[in-house]
Amino acid sequence: MSVLDGIYLLLGLMFAAAAWFNLRDRSDPRHLRRAAFWALYSATFLFGTWLPPFVVGCLAIGMAILAGIGLGKAGAAEPTEIERRAGASRFGNRLFVPALLIPLVTVLGTVLLQNYTPGGKPLVEMKDATLVALGLSVIVALAAGLYMLRQPVAVPLTESRRLVDAVGPVVALPQLLAVLGAMFALAGVGQIVAKEVSWFIPVDSAGMVVTAYCVGMALFTLVMGNAFAAFPVMTAGIGLPLIVKLHGGDAAIMGALGMLAGYSGTLMTPLAANFNIVPAALLELPDQNGVIKVQIPTGLALLVVNTLLMYFLVFRF
Amino acid sequence: MSLLLTLIGVVIVILGFALRLNPLLVVVAAAVATGLAAGIDLTGIVTEFGRAFTQNRYMALVWLTLPVIGMLEKNGLKERAQALIARVGAATTGRLLMLYLLIRQITASLGLTAFGGHAAMVRPLVAPMAEAAAENRYGELPPDTRFLIRAHAAAIDNIGLFYGEDIFIAIGSVLLIKAFLDQSGYPLTPLQIALWAIPTAIAALAIQLFRLWRLDRRLQRELGKKS
Repeated sequence: MSVLDGIYLLLGLMFAAAAWFNLRDRSDPRHLRRAAFWALYSATFLFGTWLPPFVVGCLAIGMAILAGIGLGKAGAAEPTEIERRAGASRFGNRLFVPALLIPLVTVLGTVLLQNYTPGGKPLVEMKDATLVALGLSVIVALAAGLYMLRQPVAVPLTESRRLVDAVGPVVALPQLLAVLGAMFALAGVGQIVAKEVSWFIPVDSAGMVVTAYCVGMALFTLVMGNAFAAFPVMTAGIGLPLIVKLHGGDAAIMGALGMLAGYSGTLMTPLAANFNIVPAALLELPDQNGVIKVQIPTGLALLVVNTLLMYFLVFRF
Repeated sequence: MSLLLTLIGVVIVILGFALRLNPLLVVVAAAVATGLAAGIDLTGIVTEFGRAFTQNRYMALVWLTLPVIGMLEKNGLKERAQALIARVGAATTGRLLMLYLLIRQITASLGLTAFGGHAAMVRPLVAPMAEAAAENRYGELPPDTRFLIRAHAAAIDNIGLFYGEDIFIAIGSVLLIKAFLDQSGYPLTPLQIALWAIPTAIAALAIQLFRLWRLDRRLQRELGKKS
């Protein structure tokens, strides 16, 4: 078992607590569905490392079905205003300490874990450093918070239950979208789209080729939800053969600006759920596309900027 | 034709999201349909489902911050953040978000992408402060204004991150570009790639600062009479 597996266990326990509190809370008739949903999600973290993929697949599909029939509104009571005001005046700026410990310890921990290699071997795998550091930062912040605010140990769990219920099944959406991306890759969806699109590009105009590549990156990201998935497909289909080989453009500039053109798509798509839908739920916006709507003007403006930059730079260096 | 059939998943996703069906159900339906159209059997699809679901567990790690954030919220973290902002007379919603944008983009460009985030920073600190800055000036906010400010706070976190991190040489996107161009016969160093992200980073910062300046003007115009 790796350190990261241990951190997934903590996450599993957190969701298990959410399931338990929902099971016991009879104030809402749909509490059992919520309990079942969080129990299934919890199982994917508690046992995910050891369960066969087929079983995890069944758990995930079960979660989607439960979400489809509806989990109802959150049951947990919000902390009262009196309680919050009392805490604010009692603890003052000490409240910021645990909150700021999370990013600070994450950043410090990442740097340490990546550079401290006793006996030439890193403590955790390089790619896991940030994730492990995030897990450790939460443990540190939790300990500091419990101690400084003299809170009962159950409070973090009842509060995380309140918050996961408030966010709802969207909690699992980024992961399910990653599954969809994997399925698209397996079926070769990207290659098919790139092939169909490339029929329509007037290849002898450098400007048209650059526009097709940049707009293609953005549109493709819009549909795939992820610029990383769009990049290899669009670059192999349009970028390299048309911009670099046919018109003699610079590969580094094409790559860097092409990826950034894709980010315009990320800003505008509900499929980039972790950036767009999850924060809307976290901030309790009534419109799940509220964040996207604010981002669209910036996304479009930057797509124009990126296309122009590529057109003026890529053939010059 | 059979090739085009594999695009059925894309169609399901677009229709499902447009019709506002439950997103989890839409995504699962699209994944199953895509798998079937590509000729994978149901067992194979469910297995691939589980494999990718487990492989992407890391995406859920942000939720681990919720016990801390919830405990602090219960004890008045938002109220305290709002009180702090009330003492800064020059604070406006736009200026506060400008400051967060600068911090987010600069730290991300140094590779410190963990410094920020919607769960750890925006919900407990940035959004309440941005709302409080408007409340101090204009009194109680109409719900739509409140939601607009929150949406801007969330957008700032994304934009600062996206257009900051690409300047850093050891970030996933730069390494992906490098790996892909390497195997296509164009060996490059990460620095050669990261360098060309700088003009866009500056443009993104300028556009967003301008939009936040306009947000302040809009708040002034819509709510200013009351003060």
